Amino acid sequence: MSVRTLRIDGRDLAVPEGTTLLQAAREAGIAIPTLCHLEGLSPVAACRLCLVEIEGTDKLLPACITPASEGMVVQTATPRLQDIRRTVVELLFTEGNHVCAICVANGHCELQDLAVTTGMDHSRLPYRFPARRVDLSHPFFGLDHNRCILCTRCVRVCDEVEGAHVWDVGWRGEHCRIIAGLDEPWGAVDACTNCGKCVQVCPTGALFHKGDTTAEKHDEPAQLQALVHARHHQQWNP
Amino acid sequence: MATDHSIVSSREASSQPGSGAFPELEPVLRRQGHRPDGLIEVLNRAQELHGQLTPALLRHVAAALRLPLSRVQGTASFYHLFRFKPPAAHRCVVCTGTACHVKGADALLRALERELAPGGATEAAGAEAIELGTVRCVGTCGGAPLVVVDEQVWNHQTPASVLAGLRGLRR
Amino acid sequence: MSGILRVCTAAGCAGCGGSALREQLGAVIAAATTGDPASGLALKGVGCLGPCGEGALLELESASGRRLFGGITPEGVAAVAASLANLSPGTDLGTWAPPAARPIDLEQPFFRLQKRLVLEHCGRIDPESLAEALAAGSYGQLRRVLQENRPEAVIEQVRRSGLRGRGGGGYPTGLKWATVARMPGPEKVVVCNADEGDPGAFMDRSVLEGDPHRLLEGMAIAAWAVGASRGFIYVRAEYPMAIAHLRTAIAQAEDQGLLGAAIAGSAFGFQLELRVGAGAFVCGEETALIHSIEGQRGVPRPRPPYPAEVGVFGLPTLINNVETFASVPPLLAIGAEAYAAIGTTNSGGTKVFSLTGDVRLAGVLEVPMGTPIATIVETMGGGAPDGHAIKAVQTGGPSGGCVPANRLDTPVDYESLQELGSIMGSGGMVVMDDSTSMVDVACFFMAFCREESCGKCIPCRSGTVQLHLLLQKHLAGEADAADLAQLESLCHMVKDTSLCGLGQSAPKPVLSTLRHFRGDYLALLRPEPEATPEPVP
Repeated sequence: MSVRTLRIDGRDLAVPEGTTLLQAAREAGIAIPTLCHLEGLSPVAACRLCLVEIEGTDKLLPACITPASEGMVVQTATPRLQDIRRTVVELLFTEGNHVCAICVANGHCELQDLAVTTGMDHSRLPYRFPARRVDLSHPFFGLDHNRCILCTRCVRVCDEVEGAHVWDVGWRGEHCRIIAGLDEPWGAVDACTNCGKCVQVCPTGALFHKGDTTAEKHDEPAQLQALVHARHHQQWNP
Repeated sequence: MATDHSIVSSREASSQPGSGAFPELEPVLRRQGHRPDGLIEVLNRAQELHGQLTPALLRHVAAALRLPLSRVQGTASFYHLFRFKPPAAHRCVVCTGTACHVKGADALLRALERELAPGGATEAAGAEAIELGTVRCVGTCGGAPLVVVDEQVWNHQTPASVLAGLRGLRR
Repeated sequence: MSGILRVCTAAGCAGCGGSALREQLGAVIAAATTGDPASGLALKGVGCLGPCGEGALLELESASGRRLFGGITPEGVAAVAASLANLSPGTDLGTWAPPAARPIDLEQPFFRLQKRLVLEHCGRIDPESLAEALAAGSYGQLRRVLQENRPEAVIEQVRRSGLRGRGGGGYPTGLKWATVARMPGPEKVVVCNADEGDPGAFMDRSVLEGDPHRLLEGMAIAAWAVGASRGFIYVRAEYPMAIAHLRTAIAQAEDQGLLGAAIAGSAFGFQLELRVGAGAFVCGEETALIHSIEGQRGVPRPRPPYPAEVGVFGLPTLINNVETFASVPPLLAIGAEAYAAIGTTNSGGTKVFSLTGDVRLAGVLEVPMGTPIATIVETMGGGAPDGHAIKAVQTGGPSGGCVPANRLDTPVDYESLQELGSIMGSGGMVVMDDSTSMVDVACFFMAFCREESCGKCIPCRSGTVQLHLLLQKHLAGEADAADLAQLESLCHMVKDTSLCGLGQSAPKPVLSTLRHFRGDYLALLRPEPEATPEPVP
């Protein structure tokens, strides 16, 4: 396998061909924030948090899908990128209704973590307080649209790993929301196998186990990654 | 896996694959080879025939193209022209494209909203049968500001001329 | 009495009396023909005659030349028909003056300064007649290139002509064709982007309605040159007449062996399908368009891979817009060098524009690339009506910007418009007079992008909403200097970080008006509160 050498944040790295900038950076212990990305699911490059600067181009490129190429010089945390990331987090907070203090995911929420790491202690943009619903029709799980950031991890895991395709994105633009079946109550959708993978990969408290109360939800992406690895490579980690 | 009786009853309307509940869709389904990429063509035809996309229609199309329900609903709801409630007797669409905007489409729309609203001046004339909508440019900007009423373009309109025309429709 | 009567039945005129005019004049002529089989009067419903703002339009052609009449209203149609019926058989059509119609001077700059290549047959032929298209020379270039059998020579001609993508991007067409031609694999696809969604733009509609065979010929030539055997035309549902004419044209061409298997007796086959959109501006973005053709949500994806590598059904795909394909037959007919000589060094050929807004003569026109904007809007369009002056010309729709009045000497070519912070775009040109608030214009376009955002990436989905709210705050007179600064910085953020062209260019109307009309924004700011003296501790 051929190797690509590149420089990320001043560090010279050598990675196998086909490695993404995100993988290369993480291998080297350089943290690039992500939200829609999840190892094991197809990338969508939608959250724009992992945008990085690359010498020789004005365009910011998403690290999650940009392959490392020979001689690349990458910056992952310039002041410009840091301001962009903070603004992305502000845009997310203002378009939903995120109240950490009473959320099942408080303390274990990727959005909350990002607010901390980007220094988003208040929003410079006005909160929009949209009217969103909560779906408690499923016997085991709940979906609180107020906390959904439309990362589509649930859509992808249900389609790509479970194969049930219960979820999809409905409508458009600011009216987008995750839908089950024909925009029905989750509990009414026959296709659901109750596997709970969508809950596991949800980065916020939008999808949760019924009965969980404040700060009790932990997302468990490692389980998914083990599953995908086992399926692809026929290797288990008992 | 339903748990709630109201949910069970909402599903009774679902058609079984191949049940032939909508034979009028067979020609377009055949023309599209029952392939998933024909979804939008099939939905366009279904709406043309039924005026709207009902859950029963969407279930039928999903089964015929072997697509998950959420995929069909997600696609249909993405596009502005698909609708999920029955159309009114008449449809008045105000163009809010650039040329119409420059020529006062906003004022036209606001006036029509006021007039056609419950309690508005034209309510007595049966305004509930007229559905007001907007479109971003029908590409006949020479006639700006314009409205499209039941697929007919009315050029160079004022609130008064549109209302007069709409009253004419009702008789 | 002999001659040809052409009634404009394109969507603009059809709605204001054109359809009725065609019907009633047809009845008069049919009646006259019954009595006098030798009558040489012919009636044609034709595509766009040009000055759409003057509709309905009637053109008379006789031995004494061509004359154009406009301003015919639905109420006036009967009078026109009655007047024609009352003409004595010996009358020269050249002396007939239809009542309740305004003569339009065909020698005025609007017509005289045009260079019609794409629109060559538009308004001349009946778009629903293949016979007329063939008589006018359609499919001649397709037959010729098939006979000569040198696809690489066709691509070379297109490259040398300097033709660039007329959808707005301006990517060299020859280069795009060569890339797709080089891709390996037996199956390739050609797609025509006929999802003309920019509000205020209707050039492509004119071609689709007025001369659909020109597009089909251009697509077939492209397919043959790049080695594709399948094609799609993705047309927006808001254009019902264009859809009808395309369906007719495709059926006619298949029937005559000009589409389908073994075209014109050659081994080349090309299956062309029409795909009708369902109302989504973002589907003009090529990766969203591909998803929509595949029956999915019209959501863009990151590029690379480009459609030339991975397009419809994962196959190498050539995507051009209507005008680009329609430029191919005439450019091959006159030759690459002659075509290139028409435009500027970097932008060859002609460009079709739709001129609307605060302008005396609105309509569709085709001019050489490099024509100054002033020539189009002032000389040809007659400037702003009612004693107003032009304040700005908006080009490129929601992805474009506003050219201020003092820069109207700018030639229309890709680079010059870009330097001004606007873009060529697909060819919509909306004139705004001195009563226009540029903040209102910027707010209008932001509302449009907010509505049309697909919702996939956060900067566009949520950023356009915040930008729209900020612009509304300005219009309401509630914004202060900090809001203006925030507006500007959020514009840059959305532009730099959005996934596709829609989001990346959504802030352009704001940024361009901020650049050229900052005064309009400053005038709306809330006065700064008087500085209160520091309290003494």
